[in-house]
Amino acid sequence: MSALAAALPAALPATLASTGQTSGGEEALFWILAPIMVIAALGLLFARKSVHAALCLVVVMISLAFIYVAQGAVFLGVVQVVVYTGAIMMLFLFVLMLVGVDSADSLVETIRGQRWIGWLAGLGLVAVLVGVIGTAVYPNPVGVEEANEASNPVGIAHAIFADHVFAMEVVGSLLVTAALGALVLTHRRRLTTKRDQKELADLRVAGGHHLAPLPAPGVYARHNAMDVPALDPFGNPIESSVPRVLRVRGQEADASEYAARIDRVLAGRSATEPPVGPDVEGEDDK
Amino acid sequence: MSLTHYLVLSGILFSIGAATVLLRRNAIIVFMGVELMLNASNLLLVTFSRLHGTLDGQVMAFFVMVVAAAEVVVGLAIIVSIFRTRRSASVDDINLLKS
Amino acid sequence: MHTLTSWATSVPFAEIGPVVAEPVKHGIYAVAPLLVGLPLASAAILLLAGRRSDRWGHWLGVLASAGAFVIGLITFLHLLGRDSSSRVLDVRLGSWIDAGSFHVDAGMRLDPLSMTFVLLVTFVGTLIHVYSVAYMEHDRDRRRFFAYLNLFVAAMLILVLADSYLLLFVGWEGVGLASYLLIGFWNQRTPYAVAAKKAFVANRVGDIGLIVALGLMFSTFGGVDFDTVLNGDLSGASQATLTGIGLMLLLAACGKSAQFPLQSWLGDAMAGPTPVSALIHAATMVTAGVYLIVRSSALFDAAPTAQLVVVIVGAITLLFGAIVGCAKDDLKKALAASTMSQIGYMILAAGLGPVGYAFAIFHLVTHGFFKAGMFLGAGSVMHGMDDQVDMRRFGGLARYMKITYVTFGLGWLAILGIPPFSGYWSKDKIIEAAFIPTDGHTWRAWVFGMVALLGAGITAFYMSRLFFMTFEGERRWSTKADGSEQHPHESPALMTWPMIILAVGSAGLGMVLGIGNRFVDWLSPVTGHAEHGEPVIQPVLLVILTLVLVIAGAVLAWRRYAISTVPVVPPLGTALTRAARVDLYQDVVNDALLVEPGQHLTRSLVYTDKAVVDGAAVGVGQTAVGLGGLLRKTQTGYVRSYAATMLVSLVVLVVVVLVIQS
Repeated sequence: MSALAAALPAALPATLASTGQTSGGEEALFWILAPIMVIAALGLLFARKSVHAALCLVVVMISLAFIYVAQGAVFLGVVQVVVYTGAIMMLFLFVLMLVGVDSADSLVETIRGQRWIGWLAGLGLVAVLVGVIGTAVYPNPVGVEEANEASNPVGIAHAIFADHVFAMEVVGSLLVTAALGALVLTHRRRLTTKRDQKELADLRVAGGHHLAPLPAPGVYARHNAMDVPALDPFGNPIESSVPRVLRVRGQEADASEYAARIDRVLAGRSATEPPVGPDVEGEDDK
Repeated sequence: MSLTHYLVLSGILFSIGAATVLLRRNAIIVFMGVELMLNASNLLLVTFSRLHGTLDGQVMAFFVMVVAAAEVVVGLAIIVSIFRTRRSASVDDINLLKS
Repeated sequence: MHTLTSWATSVPFAEIGPVVAEPVKHGIYAVAPLLVGLPLASAAILLLAGRRSDRWGHWLGVLASAGAFVIGLITFLHLLGRDSSSRVLDVRLGSWIDAGSFHVDAGMRLDPLSMTFVLLVTFVGTLIHVYSVAYMEHDRDRRRFFAYLNLFVAAMLILVLADSYLLLFVGWEGVGLASYLLIGFWNQRTPYAVAAKKAFVANRVGDIGLIVALGLMFSTFGGVDFDTVLNGDLSGASQATLTGIGLMLLLAACGKSAQFPLQSWLGDAMAGPTPVSALIHAATMVTAGVYLIVRSSALFDAAPTAQLVVVIVGAITLLFGAIVGCAKDDLKKALAASTMSQIGYMILAAGLGPVGYAFAIFHLVTHGFFKAGMFLGAGSVMHGMDDQVDMRRFGGLARYMKITYVTFGLGWLAILGIPPFSGYWSKDKIIEAAFIPTDGHTWRAWVFGMVALLGAGITAFYMSRLFFMTFEGERRWSTKADGSEQHPHESPALMTWPMIILAVGSAGLGMVLGIGNRFVDWLSPVTGHAEHGEPVIQPVLLVILTLVLVIAGAVLAWRRYAISTVPVVPPLGTALTRAARVDLYQDVVNDALLVEPGQHLTRSLVYTDKAVVDGAAVGVGQTAVGLGGLLRKTQTGYVRSYAATMLVSLVVLVVVVLVIQS
């Protein structure tokens, strides 16, 4: 990490301070990444499925990490990937899973006039910001080469622990508070007494549920894939051995077909040959 | 290319994030729009730190990240608990303050 | 005959004004406050003791009144013993109001004018107290009646004995209160209570005049006691101010004495028991206005315009009362109209200046006797005829109620002005004084003199009508309330003796006081003297003319009401008769001028209160609610709407800041 941190500033030609313009490489990087970022951001805005939106945001964040490193904020770039993308976005995805992945977010607007206002505000904001930024007068850029003398993490460490140590401590306590807050918010008080294991077992027996673990897929079958159902002692496939998701999607395999394929292969024929045996005829599975 | 390009990019990203907050109904996507806005401001801070030659901007961006993390934690916890009671993740359903 | 004109020449006085009061303290004068104190204490006892005192309360009332009379008589005799120029006395009771520059001391003024009134009030009052013992015998609230009568006597004595206008006002209000309480004595009957209210309200209008006059006096003279106002430097005040004060005092007098335009209450005041009508509305309270004007003679002398208005008011009321009296079939209301008319005479006389002041008071005293006597007689008639008052239902009572007949007849002769009865002495002097031109205005003498003369004739007519319809002619009696036959009978002794005494006064008092101008001399320290001219008609001629008119009126009445059949149902009559029956539309006029606009004003004020005031208050609330409703629409509850608001506001703000900065 420190080697990388030390190497990178040297890799970037220090043209900014002298010319006020960035180097050509940086420019190329920018012009590749900027459209990607904008399109990904628009993807976040327009994506129908929420997971796609989350992934678009991940694209934006990773691109930002690139740009941070290109700007000499090495530490920040790494932290961006590790914390922001790695932790925060993953947290988003977890909650998405909890809330419902398959729920499509309708893009029909329900609040009257909100679409117009939203577009107006967005475009207005763009216009204002770009206008201000474009017309502002900036001092000559200095570049962080000098600040990164003793490598960027060291410089940042100096800045944080010397100048901003109080803020850092406060932010630390904020994190603790946030963790506690999350616990408190999602805490559910038990309204009924917790049924203990014996009680649950009794209820299951009384309800006539299947008490034993579900049969593993592929048992007694000639194949042990996840989508191959297990066979009962009579040679019939057991439905409940294949995971429900695959069953719902129709991706369950036919045990006897697999068995026939194996027989064919052992007999020296191709696996997908039409069967010569009288058992399965023209059966299409999957 | 001068550093203003980065600033303009930051502005555009910020606006898109703001538009997301206004136009999407799913609470988590709204939250993601807020994250986009925070990232855009981080880009701005880093660019300005480079402009001025000090690391203060980067330090500020670092703190923004930390605070964003805390905020995401609490915000998602809220969304989860709302979802548990209402079985809906739409921000429009949370309109009890309507008079 | 020399008595008619000799009053100017036989008295060798030069022109003198009112005498300044000299303060006294000892001897009989220390007891003077008891004049007021006895009746007041009795009233308090009777009211506070309640039902317990029902058995003896009335006698306490009689005793209190008699006691006051005794003290008054003794004081009067003491006053007589003093020299003529030193008869104006002031008994100081103490400092009363001391507020900045406004000082009023409470005290009693004992002078001929006030002692005359004291004697009249207490004497006639005591007689009426005695009469009431029998008249109100069957009334449950007789004790309360006596309490109010005593209260009245006390208040009237305060009025006439006050040494400042403010203390006079206290008595003024007191008699108004007593009048209200007594008129509405039987207030379980709504019309009686309404009549009491009407009397009080009309009096109140007059009181405004007195209050304004008090204020004007204080601002002009710096005080309101008689010495400051009447003996002060009247030439320093402007004519306008003096005229204003005079007119305001006249307004007050009109209210109390039922003169035009505040005369509408007197007829309705007959709702009270007959002793009340006799005492208050014939002899004493209604004469308080005359007292006020004569007391303020110095003021009126300095304001000739006000005096002229006084005369005009007196003349108008004189005729008003006479015309109305001709058409009234209610015995008491006819007598009330007569009272109004006679007081008109007194006011007319009082407005003539020093020429007439003494005669006004003279007539007041004689009128007190004969009118009270006639009212008591009316009460006696009502007592004998089961409380009937419609004269068309009387007739031929002379045989059955002899004492009443004789006493009433003496009063009748007195009011007609037949010599030698008392009315002749006083009323003829007034007519003569009316014919005297003042300040060289001859036309005034003719106008007012003719009015007075005409009034005398009409008075003769309607009083004779009253007398003949009641006592002469055929019987026109109806049945009693329970259906049985009427049995008119004479009243008990307690009722007849006061009537007899008053009849004696009606007959002889005039001659006693009038001979040798005794009465005029007696009052001179208060009213002053003045040289005057001769009446435009020769006095002798005037007397003959008056007598002719009077006898003509009486004969006319005799022919119409004693000899001819009097219809029981009142005939339609002329327009004037119909108008006179409803008091010449006085109530209609009052309603249209005052009541209707007042009610209109009240209704519009109520409407304004509801629409504007309440509307504003409610409107503020409703505006707030409406605004709230409008603002509520922004609270959609949608987070995204709020976010949109924030973002749009941000954009707008930044644009504005940029625009301003550039």
